[in-house]
Amino acid sequence: MSLAQWSIAVLWIGLTLYALLAGADFGAGFWDLFAGGSQRGRPQRDLIEHSIGPVWEANHVWLIFVIVLLWTAFPTVFASVMSTLYIPLTLVALGIIVRGAAFAFRKASDQLGQQRLFGAAFALSSVLTPFFLGTVAGGIASGRVPLGLAAGDLFTSWYNPTSVLGGTIAVGIAAYLAATYLCADAMREGHSELAEAFRRRALVTGIVLGGVAVGGIAVLHADAPRLFDGLTHRALPLVIVSAVAGVASLLLVLRRRYLLVRVTAAVAVTAVLWGWALAQYPYLLPPPATANVTITASAATPAVLLATLIALAVGAALLIPSLLWLFVLFQRGQRADEQKQLSVRGR
Amino acid sequence: MINDRGTERLALVAALNGYVMLAGHGTNRLGAAAASPINLWAAREQMAISLGWHIILACLGVGMPALTLFAEWRGVRTGEDAYRLLAHRWAKAMGVLFAVGAVSGTILSFEMGLLWPGMMSRYGQVIGLPFALEGIAFFIEAIFLGIYLYAWDRLPPRQHLLSGIPIVVAGVCSAFFVVTANAWMNQPRGFDLTNGTVTAVDPWAAMFNPATPPETIHMILAAFMVTGFLIASVYAVALLRGRRDRYHRLGFLVPFTAAAIITPVQIAVGDYAARFLATNQPTKLAAIEGVYHTGSHIPLTVAGIPMDGQLRYGLEIPNGLSLLVGYSPNTVIDGLDRVPVADRPPVGVVHLSFDIMVGIGSAFLLLGIWLGLSWWRRRDLPPTRWFLRVASVTGIAACCALEAGWVTTEVGRQPWIVWGQMRTADAVNPAPGLFVGLIAVLAVYLVMTIGTVYVLRRMARYHRLMAPQEHDAGAGGAR
Repeated sequence: MSLAQWSIAVLWIGLTLYALLAGADFGAGFWDLFAGGSQRGRPQRDLIEHSIGPVWEANHVWLIFVIVLLWTAFPTVFASVMSTLYIPLTLVALGIIVRGAAFAFRKASDQLGQQRLFGAAFALSSVLTPFFLGTVAGGIASGRVPLGLAAGDLFTSWYNPTSVLGGTIAVGIAAYLAATYLCADAMREGHSELAEAFRRRALVTGIVLGGVAVGGIAVLHADAPRLFDGLTHRALPLVIVSAVAGVASLLLVLRRRYLLVRVTAAVAVTAVLWGWALAQYPYLLPPPATANVTITASAATPAVLLATLIALAVGAALLIPSLLWLFVLFQRGQRADEQKQLSVRGR
Repeated sequence: MINDRGTERLALVAALNGYVMLAGHGTNRLGAAAASPINLWAAREQMAISLGWHIILACLGVGMPALTLFAEWRGVRTGEDAYRLLAHRWAKAMGVLFAVGAVSGTILSFEMGLLWPGMMSRYGQVIGLPFALEGIAFFIEAIFLGIYLYAWDRLPPRQHLLSGIPIVVAGVCSAFFVVTANAWMNQPRGFDLTNGTVTAVDPWAAMFNPATPPETIHMILAAFMVTGFLIASVYAVALLRGRRDRYHRLGFLVPFTAAAIITPVQIAVGDYAARFLATNQPTKLAAIEGVYHTGSHIPLTVAGIPMDGQLRYGLEIPNGLSLLVGYSPNTVIDGLDRVPVADRPPVGVVHLSFDIMVGIGSAFLLLGIWLGLSWWRRRDLPPTRWFLRVASVTGIAACCALEAGWVTTEVGRQPWIVWGQMRTADAVNPAPGLFVGLIAVLAVYLVMTIGTVYVLRRMARYHRLMAPQEHDAGAGGAR
């Protein structure tokens, strides 16, 4: 593999982790939005706050990682994407800031009115942000972003059938991942009735998402023939993996195997992302917008790629153990906490 | 589907060349006109607002963990409740501030591309490395902050204290990395430019450019000063209102002393940074000091209004600037006349903001000396209420100095975005409608400011309130 290919592979790993981890955090916001009135929705909202509170900031960093790596390794592509798609990306940026701030504010406020206001801002931006990120993906994948500063159409580049499909799938994936993750979280905290509620949601979202994906095939056939071609030929194995993993997840949810479903749901989402990458390989900005914006052609100089990859490898050696500690501490810690509380109550 | 390789390569070269050549002339591909002046203005204002907003939170992100850890450490060592309480409350506030700082920082990395794709397209790879390193540092900060804030009850005190150290180290590192990128914009190094494309890129040389030492040291010290004075001013108000218990006294003294000790060091570093400009970026120094004409025996002008090619109504110290720069009145200072009119930064804003920064910094020095003398003589705060009155505005003053310093360095670099290499007007996104983005960003930041201040004030007033890092009443009650 060349340095450029390593760079895009690392970037795509970052994107996958962002989708799997932060995607679920956005999805939690989606369920917050639909949790019902302040009385009825309270237990669900508490669970959501509980689950994403300690981790969402760390999960969010993957996006920064993707952006920085994109501009470092493929600067002209970064500039083209950001300048042509600046409308949805500005909305994404604002969505991110509103979501993060509102989540923190809601936790810190004690009056119902404020909690409602901050909660609504948190939930709404949790839905809009992945949607606009999805439209950006759709615009790139359907070959609507040409090389050059604001060289593409400022509206049709993200307001088109593939983009709308991308946005819908992004929101769907987020909601689905969150529902499945929250099932297990609810069980661990001993709220089986909440687990049942999220199980129903996971089933419904999974079925709807599957339906959208199948319907999406027709959309791609009509709107993005090259992508369709790639998905049905070179990337077909990954598409099949995604479909199989998706169905398996539904069955596992049905049988309440909540920990195992995390794996299959993650596999399904990962396969979609890598399937997209494989379908448009070796292009970063696929035609017809500009011919031949390939990974190799748009890569930065080898010295930059090498320095960045080495820095990231060193960084990973520091990060992975820290991250594992964070996750282990809180997955195990919640149980320990409960035991502590129980023993206190027992006394 | 796949083209013949040869044609592919030719078409690519043609496309890239066309792109690069046109980009080099300040217009984008497809012949669309460059950004209108109003859009350039809007992009600059949007960047200024989001950067100016984030910078305060970034400072707190660097400085607050250190102060909180100090308080926690004293609490563990002495067993004094006041210290423990301080650590808990600062940690609470830190949780909110870090969340808001994290997201407002993300916006900046978006804006690099949304607003300045011309710069990123050409130079993104040159300045990418420090941002990648910053990403790692920030990640570590986020992870350990999660552990530090949420695991207070789950870890033994010593371990908990240790879990805070990576936050401090990573915070200082990320400040360093990010500021190296800004230093590079002032002293671009580590690349060659051939036909509008960068070649022979050396990312380490770019990162460790000549402006890196003065800029990074100045900024990191500023972060600790801003944090110290901001926190101290909150407790100064409480002391003024008569809450004179140990908790409030410590809450004032710990951060204020830290900031006051750093102040003289910062003044020396600032002097070094200005002297650096005299040799490396004389145009910026000329704008800072309002030197229009090159010459020796240049006075130091405090305040003044730029009019007809000179600073009027200012306080002039004869030979001052020549003495400061070269320790001799004969030192020649390059004036703005060394560069064409089109390459000169605006004197009014730069000179004024510089004076504001230096003025506030000097006032801090005097305030620190005042406290030091009083402590030496009577082991107590100065007896007059005026000391606390002045101290209670140091937080806002420190923020003003911080912003003024950034205005000095950013506006002083104009009309260049990359000094001597690329004009800001050539870097801006040529897409129409940036103005609308500015309005949206203004609205969001206004609401965010109100929200942050409101939530922090409520947290300060009602300590029983749940903070983000507390799980539920059960966990909170354990304290």
